[in-house]
Amino acid sequence: MLETVVQFALLCIAIAMLGLIYRLVKGPTVPDRVVALDALGINLIAVIALVSIILKTNAFLEIILLIGILAFIGTVAFSKYLEKGVIIERERNS
Amino acid sequence: MKINDVILQTATKLVLFVIILFSIHLFFAGHYYPGGGFIGGLMTAAAIVLLLLAFDLKTVAKILPFDFKKVTAIGLLFAVGTGAGALLFDAPFLTHAFTDAYLPLLGKTSLHTAVLFDIGVYLVVIGVTLTIIQTIGESE
Repeated sequence: MLETVVQFALLCIAIAMLGLIYRLVKGPTVPDRVVALDALGINLIAVIALVSIILKTNAFLEIILLIGILAFIGTVAFSKYLEKGVIIERERNS
Repeated sequence: MKINDVILQTATKLVLFVIILFSIHLFFAGHYYPGGGFIGGLMTAAAIVLLLLAFDLKTVAKILPFDFKKVTAIGLLFAVGTGAGALLFDAPFLTHAFTDAYLPLLGKTSLHTAVLFDIGVYLVVIGVTLTIIQTIGESE
């Protein structure tokens, strides 16, 4: 029973990821693509959690936190590049 | 126009410690669970990269006044030192030893010299990553 539910949830997340990949390829502006990549990372976290339920292991739980942190840092870096043109400033003018 | 990123800076001040605690956990769990020196060092470097993103190179150099090339050198010294330490006890190079010690707070703890080798890997990964990122960030 649980396995069926988890497999159905995996199918739903796969469909959601296909929609996000469509937005990533088609997206008219760059911020559309950045948001799509961020949401793809979050969906990847859900996939890892469901796969670790299917495999009955807790060896992947650190990967969940890892992808969360990496998606955050990547999105912040990309949005800072779009906003200011540089990712790491030498000196703030304030 | 002056851009004010107070939300990013406040969030960084909170999230930074979570990332560093997670990297320390990954580092010390490496013997029995997934993790180890490499991924722990990368997560610590990611925390410092987040600090670089929220602030700037000069502020981070003031917070962490390390020459990261020297951090790399100290890490390599740790790795070679634990390898060469085995030679003192008439054992082949890179032979590791462990002992069960009774520490005051932690109780019975298995202490292994492979942790010292892992500290070397940790420092080398932090040093190399941040040297690359700071060098690219400083060039125009």
